Formats: sequence, C-alpha cells, structure tokens
Amino acid sequence: MLESSSNAAAGTLLGTSRRRRLWGRTARGAVPFALILPVIAVIAVILGYPLYWLVKLSTERYGLFELIRHQGTSVGLDNYRSVLHDPVFWRTLLRTIVFTAANVCMTMVLGMLIALLLVRVSAVVRILLSSGLVLVWAMPVVVAVQVWYWMTNFENGVVNYVLTELHLGDFFQHDWYVTTFSQLSLVTLLIVWGALPFVVITLYAGLAQVPRDLVEAAEVDGARPWMVFRDITLPILRPILLILTSLSIIWDFGVFTQPYLLIGQSKITTGNYLMSIYLFEEGYFKSDFGRGAAISILMLLMVAVLSIFYVRKMVRMGEATA
Amino acid sequence: MSASRTRGRRTRQLGWDALGLAVFAVMVFPVFWMVSTAFKPDDQIISVTPTWIPLHPTLKHFRDAIEKPFFWEDVKNSLIVVLVTVAISIVLAFLAAVALARYGFSGRKLFVVLVIGIQMLPQAGLIIPLYVVLARYHQVNALSGLIVTYMTFVLPFCVWTLRGFLLGIPKELEEAAMVDGSTRLGVFVKILLPLMGPGLVATSVFAFITTWNEYIFARVLLNDQSKQTVTVWLSYFLGSSRHTDWGALMAASTLTAVPVIIFFLLVQRRIAFGLTQGAVRG
Repeated sequence: MLESSSNAAAGTLLGTSRRRRLWGRTARGAVPFALILPVIAVIAVILGYPLYWLVKLSTERYGLFELIRHQGTSVGLDNYRSVLHDPVFWRTLLRTIVFTAANVCMTMVLGMLIALLLVRVSAVVRILLSSGLVLVWAMPVVVAVQVWYWMTNFENGVVNYVLTELHLGDFFQHDWYVTTFSQLSLVTLLIVWGALPFVVITLYAGLAQVPRDLVEAAEVDGARPWMVFRDITLPILRPILLILTSLSIIWDFGVFTQPYLLIGQSKITTGNYLMSIYLFEEGYFKSDFGRGAAISILMLLMVAVLSIFYVRKMVRMGEATA
Repeated sequence: MSASRTRGRRTRQLGWDALGLAVFAVMVFPVFWMVSTAFKPDDQIISVTPTWIPLHPTLKHFRDAIEKPFFWEDVKNSLIVVLVTVAISIVLAFLAAVALARYGFSGRKLFVVLVIGIQMLPQAGLIIPLYVVLARYHQVNALSGLIVTYMTFVLPFCVWTLRGFLLGIPKELEEAAMVDGSTRLGVFVKILLPLMGPGLVATSVFAFITTWNEYIFARVLLNDQSKQTVTVWLSYFLGSSRHTDWGALMAASTLTAVPVIIFFLLVQRRIAFGLTQGAVRG
C-alpha cells in the first residue's frame, strides 16, 4: 500500500514513458478487484439482501397473511420483547449451551485419543482405521440419522441387544426416545460420531509436525509418555486444537438436522428444543416470520460472538501464509 | 535380555493394534449395519436376536425403495441442484482465490473476513429471510431458488479451499514463466490450471458432498414432493406408518449414501491431503 502510493507520487514527476508504465501498473492493480467482483456480487445479492430483510422482518408482524400480501405491519421491537420474555427461549438457550459443551468436550477428547492411537498402531491397522474414518466422514447426515434410529429403536434395535448381551443391564424393549436426556444423549453420540473423522484426521496430520528427535531426546532423558504429550505434543498442536474446538462450538451450537430428525418432529416439544429447532418451530412452522426473524438475529449475534476468535485466528494465519 | 525387551514391545504393539481395531469396529459398525440390514430378508430384520451377516441376501428392499413414489424425480432434482451449484461456484471461486493467493489489494482483509465469516453462519438462522425473500420472487418450490441459496455457503468454502491449494503452488514457477516471456494469461492456462487440477477436483467433490447432503434449506424451500431432493425424500421415508419397513429404509439410505461414499473414496487421498494441509497450515 505505502509503497504503491509513493510510487504514484514519484510517477507524476516523471516522463510519459514512466507514466505509461504507471498506467499499466494501475490496470494490473485492478486485476484482483475484477477477480473477486463476481463472488462479491453474488454474495451481496443472495446473502446481503436476505440479511437486510431479516432485520426488516424482525420489526414487523409478518405471518402467512402478510406473506401473501408481500407487506408486513411494523411493530417496533415487539418481536424481540416477546422472545426475550419467553421462558422457553431462556430454557432453550441454557439447554443448547450444556448440549454444545458436552458435544465439544467428547469430540475433542475422543478425537485426540484416537489421533494418538493412530500414531501407535501398525501400518495395516492405521490404513484400516483411517479408511474407516473416511467412510464415516462420507456418510450423509440424514442417512446417519436413519441408521441411528434403526439401531436404537425399542422393538428390535441392535443397541438394546448388545447392551443386554454385555450384561450392562436389561435393555429389552428399552425406549430411548422417552426422556429429553436420553433423546439428546443419542443426538450427542450421533454428532460426535460424525465429527470424529474430521477432528482425528486433522489432529493426526498435526501430530506429523511433532519433531521425532525432540520426542526421542525427551524419552532418553526419562520423560514419561504423558509428560512428552503435555510438554511437547500439546504445545505444538495448540493452534490446531484451538481452531478445531472453536469450529466445533460454532457447529454444535447451531446444529439442526441431527436433533430435528432423530428425535422426530412428532416428539419435539418445548421441553427438548435446541436453539435452531426453537427458531424453526416458532418462526417457520408456526408461520410467525417476524418473531422467527427476531430469534434468528439473536442467534446470529450469539454465533457471531462465538466466531470472533476463530475468524480472527484464520485471518491472521491467512495473512501470514499469503 | 534384549529378546525379552523386543517381546515386551511386540506385546504392547499388539495391544495398541487391538485397541485400534476395536475403535475401527465401533466407528464403522453403523455403516456396516445399514448395508447388512438392506440385504437381509424381513424375518431376520424383525427378529430381536440380530443376524450379523445376511447369508441369504435379497435385493427386495432395494426394489421396494426405488419403487417408492418420487425416488427418481428427487434423485434427478438433487443432481441438477448439485451440479449447477458446484459448476458455477467453482468457476467464480477460482477467480477470487487467485486474487487472494497471488495479489495484495486494499480491502483484502475484509474480503477474507467475509469469506470465513459466512461459513460460520448457522444455516437455521437464515431460513426465515431466505424463505420470505424467495417467496417474494416466486422461487419457493423451485430448484433455482435452492441453487442460489446453496451458493451462499458453497462459494466462500470454495474460495477458501482453492486459495489453500494455490498457496501450495510455488510462485517461482509462474515468475520463471513470466521471465521466459509468457503472458499472465499464458501462465494461468499453461502452469496454474494443470497444477490446480487436483485442487479443483478435491474442492468440487467436497462442494458436491455438502450440497448433496444438505437438508434444512431443501426441507424449507421445496414443499412439493416431486420437487424435493434425495435427503428430504429419505427423511420422509418413515412417514407415519406404525410398522416401519426397516429393510427398505436401510436400502434407501444405502442408495443415498453410495454416490457420496464412492466419490469420497475415489479422491480420498487428494482430499485428505488438501484438507489436512489446509488445516495444518491454516
């Protein structure tokens, strides 16, 4: 930036041949803008415009009638007031936070352990396990939900059979979809299972960066495995772990498909809402788009706050590598 | 003494391998169980005592699944949506990625924030405004509306991933070609594009998979059963019947997952390489 402006200042003092070259440089300076223009234009239309509408909708009464008329009635901040005075909103928020924390902790701890295991196993097992992880990674979420539901159904689900056979209790015809806790636990298992491949493979790649000789030197000096992990591996993995953790938090906080489909629409109540489902049911399903918009904005703001760390980190890394 | 030490090491290695196999079994079991159920005769499915491997496989459930109403229509819809979304996104994103990886320009940082930030938006948070806006322009229940919606997320993803691949190609190659008298366009066509082949394929496949798998927007924006995508078709499969046809459901699940899995495995190395590279390097 600075350099180019001083060049420009110098350019005006110099002759025409220099000026032509300067013009060439300006034209070349426009190249990156021309390159990003299509993406910017598309995003402005397909995201910017709806976001403008989101803000507008949140201050209007906008139901089915208004949708057909294409015209809402302004109600000021009533939608926000209604949401913030709704005890269901606060209970849902609390439930979503606990749910997210549980998911992220399980994902990160198990992911780290499996990545470390991947380093220890022999080549054949490593190939097998990593192919298995890629296979799981490739499973579409909606498909995984159906399989989960089939494995855990109370009549002839294989999970009940296996748990009973392992003498972990009598799970004959045990219905997992009765209490909120067990419903959400199944959703958690599904999410963790689906998230593990990405986390494990990323961490495993990070482990390859740990200098072998450093670990060996520490071992020669008598360091225990967990000391090596704490003092060498963990500091090196720290940036990757932070990024994965914040990504998981953001994803799990806004998760919709897994809880919505696994619990099943008929069993969704205000008692087992997560944030996205609350928004979907109150805004879209009940066709109360104005109130739904207010919930959306509150949720987007929460995720924006959660994202600040991740985005800053990524931007800084992006700038460093460029 | 050294013999006993190697024996000890070998036992420990066996222990790790056994643990690795156990993790493999637990992780892969749901996928195995889906395929296994899809091939089982009905009496083995209903039985409380499971049959692990179908010794007398049947294709009946697959026939039942594809004969369900709207299966082929919805597969076609998914393919149209996915191919158009990915094709447009990859071209536009590649241009922007070149700008990010090869040029410094003012507003660059803002653009990076935009690209990363959008990918973090929770999809549920956008269903209301997208539904209302698309309804205004009569794009609800139209594949075009869904394609436009998907581009919101696929575009930034492609920009960022392609940028990562571009950074992996040394600038010196292009500079050397420039010194040898190539034009910028010539460098682009002769050097950058061939080297970017794997990156473009990997990114397209990833965009393909996310789009094929997407559920919530398709559920909200397409109401007509003949206009839905496969994921929504599958989610309605259970319907309201009391007795679930598990065999057909698992066959349908297998059919939905198969294109994704094949695609993923075909380019697995490149993808894993690209993604981990991106993740490690940021």
